[in-house]
Amino acid sequence: MKLEETVPSASIPSSIGEAALVRPRRTPVTVWIAMAFVAMAIVCAAFGRQIAPYPPNEQDLLLGDSPPSAEHWAGTDLLGRDVLSRTIVGARTALVGPAVVAAGAFAIATILGLWGGYVGGATDSLVMRWVDFMFALPGPLIAIVIVGVVGGGFWTAVAVLVVLFTAPDTRIVRSAVLEQRPLPYIEAARTLGIPRRRIMFRHIFPNILPLIAAYVVLDFAFALVSLAALSFLGLGVPPGTPDWGRMLFENRTILLTNPMAALLPAAAIVVTAACINIIGDWTYERMSAR
Amino acid sequence: MNRSLPSYVLRRLLVAIPLLLLISLGVFALVNLAPGDPARSLLGSRQSSPETLAAIREQYHLDEPFVVQYLIWLRQVFVWDLGRSIQGSELVTTMILQRLPLTIFLGLYGSLVALGLGIPLGILAAYRHGSEVDRGVVTLGVIGVSAPAFATGIFLLYVFGVYLGWFPIFGQGEGPLDQVWHLTLPAIALGFTVMGLVIKITRASMIEELQKDYVAFARARGLTSRRITTSYVLRNALIPVVTAAGLIVVGLLTGAVLVEVTFGLPGLGSLLVTSVTQRDLPVIQGIVLILAIFIVLMHIGIDVLYTLIDPRIRFGRVEA
Repeated sequence: MKLEETVPSASIPSSIGEAALVRPRRTPVTVWIAMAFVAMAIVCAAFGRQIAPYPPNEQDLLLGDSPPSAEHWAGTDLLGRDVLSRTIVGARTALVGPAVVAAGAFAIATILGLWGGYVGGATDSLVMRWVDFMFALPGPLIAIVIVGVVGGGFWTAVAVLVVLFTAPDTRIVRSAVLEQRPLPYIEAARTLGIPRRRIMFRHIFPNILPLIAAYVVLDFAFALVSLAALSFLGLGVPPGTPDWGRMLFENRTILLTNPMAALLPAAAIVVTAACINIIGDWTYERMSAR
Repeated sequence: MNRSLPSYVLRRLLVAIPLLLLISLGVFALVNLAPGDPARSLLGSRQSSPETLAAIREQYHLDEPFVVQYLIWLRQVFVWDLGRSIQGSELVTTMILQRLPLTIFLGLYGSLVALGLGIPLGILAAYRHGSEVDRGVVTLGVIGVSAPAFATGIFLLYVFGVYLGWFPIFGQGEGPLDQVWHLTLPAIALGFTVMGLVIKITRASMIEELQKDYVAFARARGLTSRRITTSYVLRNALIPVVTAAGLIVVGLLTGAVLVEVTFGLPGLGSLLVTSVTQRDLPVIQGIVLILAIFIVLMHIGIDVLYTLIDPRIRFGRVEA
């Protein structure tokens, strides 16, 4: 199948020195805003329970679902739990899962891609066959089926996403390695008799790292949306967890009494993912700047 | 080397057979992937007794070796027998065929939204490259890519369904017009996510095309902007969009599952989610198999379309 074209065919800087010589343009305002927001989300993820006005699981069954008020700025859900507090605390599961997915997928992809791009051989063609096969599959749907059938919740979901994300990431790393391979510094290193592993990890890897960094950020955003989708379908996180996707799933029925209960976590997902995407696109542009 | 279209399609179909067999093996293995005794999984909520369990074992040939089980199952699949749901013992094929039209309609409506908005916006942004308009479109695209269909759906439901009251909140409507009416919000929610991708690709390839010499030449010859765009640039710029059609369709499929659940629509996607929640394995297997066949055929279709649009691409080079 003709798949190469679907990977963004941006020019990878032939060397880091060249990219650094081009004076980076001023960082756009949107990127600053995005960074500020992501920083805020990280603070919520780390200290959510201290910041939140109420404990996230404290129920007030007499109150039930109520619209925003002075006591509860974003109202309460069916069990009388404070929506704002649950959204703040929910930042943790929203960020930890995608971080593991993005880092895990790229760790595996870097090893497979470096090996495939530099050493090649039978392992490479086998890995690329697998990548082609995975590419034809609808990843999120597979995640839904496997997490649903196997069970095991959040970490099963994370593990499945790691496997699904590894395939396209391997392709990216491999093509970046293939661009480095014919360059003089690699040839020089080979002439000097530097071992293969050392060339791969000490010479090629640092040169493709900036590109990898940009893709890790973009992967992170996609993983966040995918995990939220799984919890929205009732898969992934167990019931009762303060999680954005799960809150949407539980609170979409009370859209008439307290719309904020569903809209606030929905906004949290969209804004966080958008901010991370903005940062990722910006990093990518900077790294591939001519 | 024969490069005619029919032989190319035939060759691609032949290559697809082992792929489909591999996928069917994976789909069949789902029964064994589920934790616990497969017989109990297949029994579902029905009364469990040694007799019923033995009957299930007999029915699904669970005492046979795995390969034999698989071959028996595969033979049934070939004669369009996907078994019965463990919940209501309804035929899986009937259930799928009942739900299919809604999902197909939703998918087409959603792609209409995605392409109908995404391509013009991408072109607009490319023409106004670097301006405020460009930045606005790019931001819209980023939000589109970042907003999962269920989040967009909730916002649309609240604003247009609850707050303004312009659109119905639930149900799929009766009669063709009413159905379009009911499915408008779901289609927008579905299309919005995919639109982000379409904007990104269209804009990038339009910017690249517009810098080429033939555009400068056409301008120098005094051709109108509209003529240059429609007859020359767009043809070249849309090739990456066709290439990404696979991603677009996969995005629409995933989105359809989320949208159907959000809006409570009885389509194939919501059937998949219910059967996954109830661990209704025969139904899951049926849906996954249908989707897999659809996706494999779609990829072949896209490659054929691709070669038709761009005569420069030789069939011989588009290898499987």
